[in-house]
Order: sequence, then structure tokens, then C-alpha cells
Amino acid sequence: MEQTWIILGASSTMARALMQKLAEEGAGLVLAGRRMDDLQASACDALARGAVLAEPVAFDARRPDSFQPVIDLALKQPGQINCAVFVGSMPPQAEIDADPGLLDGVIADSFTGPARFLQMLAPHLEERGSGIVVGVGSVAGDRGRIGNYVYGGAKGGFATYLSGLRNRLGRSGVHVLTIKPGPVDTAMTQDMEDLPFMTTAEAVADDILAGIKRGRNVLYTRRIWWPIMMVIRAIPEPIFKKMSI
Amino acid sequence: MEGARRITYSGWGRIHSATGPVARPFAATAIAGTAPAFGNRRSYGDAPLNDGGSAWDMTAQNRILDFDRSTGVLTAEAGVTLGALARILPPRGWLPPILPGTGFATLGGAVAMDVHGKNHHESGSFCQHVTALTLLQNGKPRRITPGRDKQLWAATCGGLGQTGVIIQATIQLKPCPGEVMVVTERRVEDWAEHIAHLDASDAAYCVGWIDATARDGTLGRGILEEAEIGRGLPPSRPAPRRVPLDAPHWALAAPIVRAFNSLYYRRVPAAGRTVVRALEDFFFPLDKIHDWNRLYGKRGFHQFQCVVPLDKADALRDMLAEIAESGLASPLAVLKRMGPGRAGYLSFPMQGYTLAVDFPDSAAARDLIARLEDLTVAAGGRIYLAKDGLASGARVKAMYPEHPHWLSEVLKADPDGALATDMVRRLDLRRT
Repeated sequence: MEQTWIILGASSTMARALMQKLAEEGAGLVLAGRRMDDLQASACDALARGAVLAEPVAFDARRPDSFQPVIDLALKQPGQINCAVFVGSMPPQAEIDADPGLLDGVIADSFTGPARFLQMLAPHLEERGSGIVVGVGSVAGDRGRIGNYVYGGAKGGFATYLSGLRNRLGRSGVHVLTIKPGPVDTAMTQDMEDLPFMTTAEAVADDILAGIKRGRNVLYTRRIWWPIMMVIRAIPEPIFKKMSI
Repeated sequence: MEGARRITYSGWGRIHSATGPVARPFAATAIAGTAPAFGNRRSYGDAPLNDGGSAWDMTAQNRILDFDRSTGVLTAEAGVTLGALARILPPRGWLPPILPGTGFATLGGAVAMDVHGKNHHESGSFCQHVTALTLLQNGKPRRITPGRDKQLWAATCGGLGQTGVIIQATIQLKPCPGEVMVVTERRVEDWAEHIAHLDASDAAYCVGWIDATARDGTLGRGILEEAEIGRGLPPSRPAPRRVPLDAPHWALAAPIVRAFNSLYYRRVPAAGRTVVRALEDFFFPLDKIHDWNRLYGKRGFHQFQCVVPLDKADALRDMLAEIAESGLASPLAVLKRMGPGRAGYLSFPMQGYTLAVDFPDSAAARDLIARLEDLTVAAGGRIYLAKDGLASGARVKAMYPEHPHWLSEVLKADPDGALATDMVRRLDLRRT
């Protein structure tokens, strides 16, 4: 069946890797993001790799008025509509501590923006009776830590939202995959030193495609993060609050 | 350098390594500051290394920016791999005109080394099919073409990345009628037969595997592969495997290599055979095993590759005899006839015969390679800088008489030497 993917945050490194693989499978792509020149280059790349459609469209998670045109563009396509969410932002926690006004943007980019978008898209997926939603959370969302609890809070909220969306859309044949990456070598992490169990955007994209094929609900990437986060989640709060990991 | 991590990295042979800040920018606009660039580091020696300095990892910039299906003209960022292009394009009727032995080589690397493939005798070198390049010089993109920028072009093609960071290339693809290779393999029993077959072949792609352990009467025996692109759909391929750990020292001991080579030789029936292969299996046979360089163990390995003029085939036979006597070679050895095609001052190809042999690292192997280099100079040949990690500057300059032309362009493009690599320093290429 013909598949059209809406890619939210299509300029992100992980999105680029996934789009290249989807294009080679002959999918259609709606590239939604803010940097139009970059999206244009990626659209050209997707078409050369075999995408049946690659349309850049302006999308800003902080501007809900930019959402409907993205959905309208995708709905023009026949067949199955899928959506992968890569938007998110992670300013250093210290900057947010110094300027609490930054918090709203982080929550909008990583949680409320994409959640509202999916909320608008959901009835259309239900109507078509098929579809895949891939939401990128983070291991940072599994437990609030001193180092990045605002970003973690947003990602944790988004993961909880996706869990509910899965509960709802599963009844209509739409699958929701929550992917929780540890540190990934992307533009977002380039200024950080020595991150443990780092992975690459290409590996995350492979994991996403494998997760879809196997019908996984929640997927940690790399896999090692699943047991690690089990342990971290199990640490009693009285102890955890004194730790800085 | 923004976004840089301090890492230790090496070339494919894993003997030389470098430590320094390396950044992997996702767009050319994020490249600020002049430093050498590398792709997947499939050069064997120190060509992609900058010990103590910083470097740009170009592999994240891998987009195809323009592809005209009717003319086969393609522009892409430097980090796209030739393997990706060889996978994506054939179903649309096109193929990169030149493919080296690994699909992990990047477009930028293919330009900087002016690589060749199994069709060199017929189609020339990679850069002869490049119609435009974009270099980053002092932070500014500069588009160059072979017609308008003659000297700079010749210094850039095969020029080790010393005229600017290569960020984009435009290539003329070749029409590709199908997605399979029709490969004829036959045993050749000795050196004379091997050379005679290479001379007589009129196949588009032609290469000889050589048993570098066979001596005396069987010296030069091997398997000749001749191939054409055929119509049809590719046979299914198993997923690539990985080498999970460094092999032990004895894995490539002489008796094991001899036994392996004997079996490998007899894999092809005495009467020869014609088989159909997937394009990737033909062009990139070793890519099926990721990280195969680990088979050489922790010590790493060298590849010696030289080319000698057509009338010096005997000199090459003498080299092979010396290699066979030494018992130091690995199973990977290749013999090929080259045409005259080359695009740059430091391009490797010349009309003649090229021999490539791998050696696990040892003092004896290094001594042997030094003798082979002397024999190459004496024969009027040259060694391939993409494989080199051992030669001296004097030898290399003797092999590349156009080095002064390259140097004068490089000094104009990068007077401060900000793009110099470990290889450029070892070979003292920034001076006459």
C-alpha cells in the first residue's frame, strides 16, 4: 500500500537518516520543519533515492497555526498516512534555571506542540483505519534528574501522551511506537563531551524501522538503556534525590 | 572548533593513528575554520589523519542535491558513499561510472584520491567523470570546473584534499541497463597466462585475483574475472556480517594463507564458469564483512599497491616472486591492467599493470615493502597514496614528476598549511 510519512522536525539528524531509508523504500514524504532551505535539499535527496513524493512545508511546534496546512498536504495523498515526530529542544538546564521563561519553549517543542499536532491528526488516521505514529521520547523522560529535568519533564509528558494515544488509536488499527534514545550523535549533542552508550542517527533509524516491523510499543535505543533505566527507575526517591547522575 | 570531540582514529590499515578534535557537521555551512577533512577513512595509511590538529568528519553530509534522470548528471554532498549511489541509482537506469573496491568510500574521498575501478582500462579514473566541484577555501565555497580552473582542478583531483575541503561534487553517471553483473571466472595457471588474459580481455570490467603464495612454476596463478552489466533482477543477498573482535596473530600465518588460497583457487572449476551476481557483490566483495580489517588482528596491516608501465611487466613478476618467497602475504592480492586515464597531478593510474597485496604488519613486511618501492621506482612506476603509510618523500616525489605543479597550486590555495595531514607531513609534500 502507498505510504505517506509526515516528518515533524525534518531537519533533525535522526529525521534525515530515517527519511533516507523511507525514500529508498519508495514512501512519500511531507517534510515539516522551520529551515526551508535545508528541507528543500532533503526533499531533493529523498526524490533521488526513490521517494514518490517529497514536499517541504513550514512547521513550527510553537505556532499551532502552522499545523493544519501540514495535515492538509498529507491528506491529499491516497493510502496510509504515517507520522514521525522528531521535534524537541534541549537548552542547557543552567540556562533555563537562570531564565525560567525558556521553559515554555522546551515544553512546546518537545511535548505540547507535537501532542497537539497528533491530536489534530488522530481522527484522520482513525477514519482511514490504518497508520503508524512514531514518537521520539528520551531516556531523560524516564526520571527527572538535576542535569536536565525540564527537557526530561517534557519528554516524559510526551511519552505518557503517546501511551494514551496508543491506547486510543490501537482500536482503529493505528500503531504507535514510542522510541526512547539514549545519547545520539546529532547536532543537538555535538557540544557535549563523553556521553555513555552513544549511538548514531542511522542506527536509531534502523531501530525504528525494525520496531515498526515487529509491532513494538516502546523501544529503547541502544537496547542497553532498557535495563539501565529499569535500575534507575527502581532507585527509591529518598536515595535518588541525593544522587547526581 | 565547534561541536568537536577529541578522539583517536586511524586509517583502514589501523597502523597509523591520530588524536585530536574531530567534528561531524551536518551541513557545509557549519564548517568554520580550516582543517583537513575525511570521509569513511578507507585509505589504508595516514592520508586521512591529522595527529595533534583538528579534522572534519564529512560523513553526515550525505545528501543528493540534484539528480537529472534524463542526463544522468548528479550533484551530491561529499559524504555520500559510492555504495549508496550504486544501490540507489541502478533501478533508475544509472550507475557511478567508476567504483573502487569498497562501497564505503565517500564521494569526497573518491575525488581526493582520484580512485579507479575494475573498468579503468576502458573508463579511466573517477575524476575524469567529475564535471564540477565545490571547495571550501578559507570558509568560502568556491565552485570549480575542469575547463575554467585547469591547474587548480588538476591539483584537486587525487590531490589529497590540500586545495580546500571538498564539500560537493557533480558527476556524469553512466547508463546502467540492468541490476546484475554477468561474471566469467576462469583459472589462470601462471604469470604469463595471467598477463596474456589481461591483455586480451575486451570486457568492460576485468580484474585478476592472484595467489601471492604460489611460487616457481605456479607463480602468478589466480582467477581472472571478466564482467559486464546485465539485464535482470539481482539475486537476494545475505545481510552483511561483522567481525566481532580482533583476530589472533596466527590467523594469517603462512600455512593457513597457503591453504586458503589453494581452496580459493579451486573454487572456480578448471573449465571456468559464468555466474550472475548482484552489482554490490561484484564491486564490493569485501563489504559483505563489515570491519574486515580486524581479521588482521591488533597489529594492523599494510597494502602495497604499485603500477608499472606495460613494458615493465617483468619487473612486476620479479616483485611477485619476492613476495611469494617471503611468505608474508595475505590472501588479498589483485592484478589488473590499467589504461592511461588520470585527472590530476598526483593521480595514481598510468597505462600498465597494477599489483595490490596486503601484508599483516611486521618488521619483515615493512622491509619487503621498502624493497618493492625501490623496484617500482626503478621500473618507472608509482605507488598508490591511498594505500601508502610507509614510503619516504623522496621516493614518492620521484614517482610523481608533476608534484611541483601540485605544490604551486596548493601553496596558493592553502599557504598556511592548515589542510596538511599526517601523510603530507610524512612525505614532506609541502616542499619540493
